[in-house]
Amino acid sequence: MLKTLIFGFLVGIVGTIAAVYFVPVVDQHRESSVISVSPNGGNTESFHIDIPTDRIMVGAPKQSEPLPPGLRWPEEEQFDGVRVELFKVRNAREAVIGVASRMVADSDQIEDSIEWVLHIPARGTFYVTMPAEPADGIRRVGALRAGTREFRPMQGELSERWVPNTDDDDIDAPDGHIELVTSFVGAFSDNVTESAVTEGGS
Amino acid sequence: MIRYVAALLPGIALGVLAAAALLYFNPLAARNPLSPLSVSNNNILSLGYSGVPTDSIVYTNNGESRVQPHPEKVRELWEAPIRHSEVLVTVLTDSRNNPAGIGIKFSSDSEDTRIVNGEALVDSVWHIHLLERGSLFVEQTENYWNFLRKIVLQAHLSASNHWKGVWNGNMTVGPGALGTAAVTGATGEFAGLESEAVEALHASAYSVAQGPVAMEGRLTIDITGNAELTASDAPER
Repeated sequence: MLKTLIFGFLVGIVGTIAAVYFVPVVDQHRESSVISVSPNGGNTESFHIDIPTDRIMVGAPKQSEPLPPGLRWPEEEQFDGVRVELFKVRNAREAVIGVASRMVADSDQIEDSIEWVLHIPARGTFYVTMPAEPADGIRRVGALRAGTREFRPMQGELSERWVPNTDDDDIDAPDGHIELVTSFVGAFSDNVTESAVTEGGS
Repeated sequence: MIRYVAALLPGIALGVLAAAALLYFNPLAARNPLSPLSVSNNNILSLGYSGVPTDSIVYTNNGESRVQPHPEKVRELWEAPIRHSEVLVTVLTDSRNNPAGIGIKFSSDSEDTRIVNGEALVDSVWHIHLLERGSLFVEQTENYWNFLRKIVLQAHLSASNHWKGVWNGNMTVGPGALGTAAVTGATGEFAGLESEAVEALHASAYSVAQGPVAMEGRLTIDITGNAELTASDAPER
């Protein structure tokens, strides 16, 4: 009896530790990436944000109908020049895959710019700044400033464009969407690993 | 046969309890070490915020957590790829508690979480705009193990479902080798900045029903080399 009790005790300890070690506590849901390769242009990926359905927040001063209802923007005058928006982000297959912030700051002290942070939990996050004025009157293009995880070794740019909905027949259709297109390429490195040399030589 | 089963099951139950105790008191689990930035002579930017969601401009998550989104009607992050994520938009204050800018924090539970190692990891980034100064991006991995152990679990064990006390902890454990966050400056006086940061929490009350009741966060950012330390940034000693 005592030996069985001790055996059960050990099984309980080992089993619990093994379960905690091997069973993943967090398992992020992944949608397949929809990436195309541009000639001499790195990888291109398209995201979009349906307006108004994917808009989570509009933070700006003196809004008559704030989004979300009940939002209280800081009353201090210094915040009048800042506009912050939060969105859900969709991939090319219409699936929500992440969240994003868009920040616009109008200031006398610093150059006006638009900033995007796209946070895709299963892949990583990237941060882009772009000039306030569109390059061709339609599309703003900005440089990738920083990335995490999958986007860490990347260089490239992101373009932003408003695409209005032209389908008048569908009354439930969104007003339009913000189209975001990334063009990223892995940064070149002088550090060549031994395994890469071996593979290259074989 | 029944005799053996009758001995085996209590043994397994005891073993599970012993393993849980081992995990709780794990001597190898990460402690909250002294922040390398707290002993630095570099120029430091110190930004505070309230860790209580109802004090924020917007806080949202999947809507199923005990910590409820704020304001009440904000859209929730219920879709499968973002349901382990939360977003906080808050006013950041300087060390004298004056409004300094806006911070947006995106956090997602990390797949690198290993309870055996005392790691309840969260991948998070801050998108920060400081008024009339410029913008920053902070990337970090945070470890909430001690927060869960010392505050959340204690609140659940309490008869009143409430925890009160004083708890200070450095949350940042990476990606920097010394357990620091990576900072990238983009605009204004922070343009070109590549630096480090640490985020810390100071909690004094937590409720099982509402989550944090009294909690403050502080981001300490090394701005040496790219921006002059202004009087309002200087941490109070």
